[in-house]
Amino acid sequence: MKIKSDWWKILGVVLVLFSLFQGLMGRVPVLPILHETIRNIYYHVPMWFAMVILFVFNAVYSIKYLSSGKEHHDNIAVEAANVGLFLGVLGLLTGMLWAKYTWGEAWSNDPKQNSAAIGMLVYLAYFVLRGSLDEAQKRAKISAVYSVFAFPVMIVLLFILPRLTDSLHPGNGGNPGFNKYDMDNQMRMVFYPAVIGWILIGVWVMQIRVRLLEITNQLLEN
Amino acid sequence: MAFIKETTTLIRKEFLMEWRSKYALNGILIYVFATVFICYLSFKKIDPITWNALFWIILLFTSINAIAKSFMQENRSRYLYYYTIVNPAALILSKIIYNLILMSLIAFICLFFYTVVFNNPIQDFAYYLLAVALGALSFSSMFTMVSAIASKANNNSTLMAILSFPVIVPLLMLLIKLAKNAMDGIDRASSANEIGVLLLINIIVFAVSLLLFPYIWRD
Repeated sequence: MKIKSDWWKILGVVLVLFSLFQGLMGRVPVLPILHETIRNIYYHVPMWFAMVILFVFNAVYSIKYLSSGKEHHDNIAVEAANVGLFLGVLGLLTGMLWAKYTWGEAWSNDPKQNSAAIGMLVYLAYFVLRGSLDEAQKRAKISAVYSVFAFPVMIVLLFILPRLTDSLHPGNGGNPGFNKYDMDNQMRMVFYPAVIGWILIGVWVMQIRVRLLEITNQLLEN
Repeated sequence: MAFIKETTTLIRKEFLMEWRSKYALNGILIYVFATVFICYLSFKKIDPITWNALFWIILLFTSINAIAKSFMQENRSRYLYYYTIVNPAALILSKIIYNLILMSLIAFICLFFYTVVFNNPIQDFAYYLLAVALGALSFSSMFTMVSAIASKANNNSTLMAILSFPVIVPLLMLLIKLAKNAMDGIDRASSANEIGVLLLINIIVFAVSLLLFPYIWRD
């Protein structure tokens, strides 16, 4: 590991460890309904940030694949979708756990919850599409087209639709946003590093998986 | 200029093919009548919220079935001919416009038949028609590209459904909300947001389809 090129991996690990420690041990404001569950914000929200970043990677590398035709770009796109989907599942699970304690039920028919679940379906469909095509180049090209086609729809689903309807989430339908007064400065000092840390870890996992995939492909060819 | 001429010629070709076989339109019309009638026989009387939801579900499945055919009927040798003479953007645009006309026709027939069989709880009928027209536009623009993608993969009809459901859900949610506002006769200005977002998504889908189709039309 070279410090010059790999510093961000170390930074990711340090930031995530810092937020894990602070999440369990740090001081948090006492708020009605939320109480101690507010600590979940360090684990639940960064998952979504990291997921969106990885789906952006998927769309960008799909476009790159379409213009270049290089297999490497397709590998990055597919692994970005894989890791993004995994982070999305984690985000959904941590969110459901949180919802159980604050809203009363794990699934509360909240528009953001529904949108997130449908957003995951887009990428599950992406993998079904990949599975149905045998020829590698055709698979890469057609799935790249589908992911670029579905990406704007997913953005609408996650960022515009929940704002049009009432949501139990903060910042929607008249509920206070988490920047306003739910989170004090000390929490922010943990929250932002946690977001950056999880994004970096997500990208690192993706990079490792791409390398693994390419080595496997090379071994299979020989 | 050449682009517009190509597109209109291709649309004429689509209508001519449809007119010669009358397969798609008749098949879909029977599908609509059968579905609505089965729903009537099993529901008899329904409350307005279910009325609206059921109408959109029928329209959704009808349009998936109608539009799934738009690329499957093109055989390989005809594609070889297309490669030599037409612009891919003109081809996808002609398909979208043809599907739009077909879908609007089917959607209005479906609405007519549906309101005849069931009772009609719509209070602002003109606005409901607008919602249906926007629905036809959204379904045709979205599903034409998805059917192009699905036609390149082997097992067509299941894949068509799997690929199109996640991308149509946001549009469907907006459409159902808009239609429900029209049905309840709520002030028209309150649905302006939904119409705006729907038109925005449709413009994006049009643009993305025109940009992406050239990459998949050749194997």
